[in-house]
Amino acid sequence: MAANGTSVSIQDLSLNFGAVSVLRTLNLDVAEGEFIVLLGPSGCGKSTLLNCIAGLLDISEGRIFIKGKNVTWEEPKDRGIGMVFQSYALYPQMTVEKNLSFGLRVAGIAKDEIAKRIARAAEILQIEPLLQRKPAALSGGQRQRVAIGRALVRDVDVFLFDEPLSNLDAKLRSELRVEIKLLHRKLQNTMIYVTHDQIEAMTLADRIAVMKGGVIQQLDAPQTIYNRPVNRFVAGFLGSPAMNFLEGRLEKDNSGWRFAAEDVRIPLSTYAFESEPEPGPAVFGIRPEHVALNSGSGWPFTATAAVEVVEPMGSDTLVWLKLGKQNFTLRVTAECTPRNGETVSIGFDPMRASLFDIAAGNRI
Amino acid sequence: MFSRRNIFLYGTLVVVALYYLLPLYVMVVTSLKGMPEIRLGNIFSPPLEITFEPWVKAWSQACTGLNCDGLSRGFWNSVRITVPSVILSIAIASVNGYALANWRFKGADTFFVILIVGAFIPYQVMIYPIVIILREIGLYGSLSGLVIVHSIFGMPILTLLFRNYFTSMPEELFRAARVDGAGFWGIYLRIMLPMSLPIFVVAIILQVTGIWNDFLFGVVYTRPDTYPMTVQLNNIVNSVQGVKEYNVNMAATILTGLVPLIVYFISGKLFVRGIAAGAVKG
Repeated sequence: MAANGTSVSIQDLSLNFGAVSVLRTLNLDVAEGEFIVLLGPSGCGKSTLLNCIAGLLDISEGRIFIKGKNVTWEEPKDRGIGMVFQSYALYPQMTVEKNLSFGLRVAGIAKDEIAKRIARAAEILQIEPLLQRKPAALSGGQRQRVAIGRALVRDVDVFLFDEPLSNLDAKLRSELRVEIKLLHRKLQNTMIYVTHDQIEAMTLADRIAVMKGGVIQQLDAPQTIYNRPVNRFVAGFLGSPAMNFLEGRLEKDNSGWRFAAEDVRIPLSTYAFESEPEPGPAVFGIRPEHVALNSGSGWPFTATAAVEVVEPMGSDTLVWLKLGKQNFTLRVTAECTPRNGETVSIGFDPMRASLFDIAAGNRI
Repeated sequence: MFSRRNIFLYGTLVVVALYYLLPLYVMVVTSLKGMPEIRLGNIFSPPLEITFEPWVKAWSQACTGLNCDGLSRGFWNSVRITVPSVILSIAIASVNGYALANWRFKGADTFFVILIVGAFIPYQVMIYPIVIILREIGLYGSLSGLVIVHSIFGMPILTLLFRNYFTSMPEELFRAARVDGAGFWGIYLRIMLPMSLPIFVVAIILQVTGIWNDFLFGVVYTRPDTYPMTVQLNNIVNSVQGVKEYNVNMAATILTGLVPLIVYFISGKLFVRGIAAGAVKG
């Protein structure tokens, strides 16, 4: 049974389309009022999982609980969910008001109650002036707001968002992102949000579930996922520019563990191992922003290298160079931009790095 | 304006238009002449003395068999066949297409294949078995029997048409309606129907012209007093006794062809739009 305070509980859920397994014995507990983001590349099963929660896809195995009630075989309308779609999915022949009230009219709710709920939703979303317009006469941002309103008026426990901002341009996307965050703070509803955009995931989520191949790779707070990814996939998927990966060997000598790649030797005395490691091939990963440029010799690891490419991005600058024989990037502030070909010193603390075994890619 | 390309283009169009309009011209002209004038043999010359006598005769006096009340009987029979057939076939086919496109039920693909195969079976193969079936259920020779036959034979192509149209609609719309709690009929009537006017127009045109112009089923499955207009026209034109009244025959033919002609003129633009919409996805 679902624990107290759990809003959505997914237990051993599997979904197969014929011989293709899309979701594999997946477990997920979402707490009351929590904002969960399902993040992953396309085809990872994140939208499929959301559709299963909504009841729009029949699952092959497992159970789904919402508010402690087993809804595995319930109709979507009986699950206490509202859903917002990427393409807005507004009914084109109805006015905004009719769009908002459609579900309520189907459910046979009294007219004055419908009017009250629409007024409240329209006020929260600031779409009062649009109520008598048809969807075709609205901008993308307005349409998505109406789509959110349609979930809002149904007075549901759980909101499901299926890439709601993907069809909007960059500026609107960041505006609406903040609005969704404010909406969540105001309503305190449980929200499950599907996206492939890591910025949306990092900014909105209480917890992120990173998915790949129908399996949740890591379910944690955004900072934990960013700083301590459980495997190489999660490490590489989050962060732009991507994390630096160096392939080499894990070795032990008199002074403790170290990582060796060609002539580079990185001491690992500050690194927090998950468990006692074994010597052998491994991957060393460190994010570009955790590497310092020309900042003295106080770091556990320092090296010098020739700058190959400099990419100024306005707010900061990407510097490409070679560490040993492998590509390495670091992100520096715009003020201390080096020149091409200049020899620089770099330094970092392996405490902020991640080590993965080379076969399975799991964190060591 | 008068470039070589334009001259060729419009020249060809004019020739083709003349080719198709000339027979119609001859028919109209002949139907307005009296018999003595026709016997002069100048079929392209306009009538010297315009008379509407042949039209009146064709509509209300021409004889087929024992009945001498003209084409009007066939006209009303055809109306009584076409209207219910069109409504019935489109009502069923649109629900079929909607179910096939949106509610992927078990065996939906098999069902669809069977339906499409039905479109390729020659009618001749099925004529006699259907005669027996209609006789057994006591509908042979009645208008309702013919209505059922038309509805069934319209099913494959109409279902395909509607399925393709509904498939081209965004699926998220359907999902949103389900989350909003609408059921099979709720979604069909309140979401899908209002969005599919163009495809309904196409279906109506296809069915009205197809059923109105049908001759084979009409002659096989009805009796002389329930013959549709096309069959009656044939009987008037091909009667072997007495003088051939060309003017009456021409008037009768134009009268019979008038209904599909009017339908095309009224809805030509919508027709093209709907066909294009239905053809997007296969």
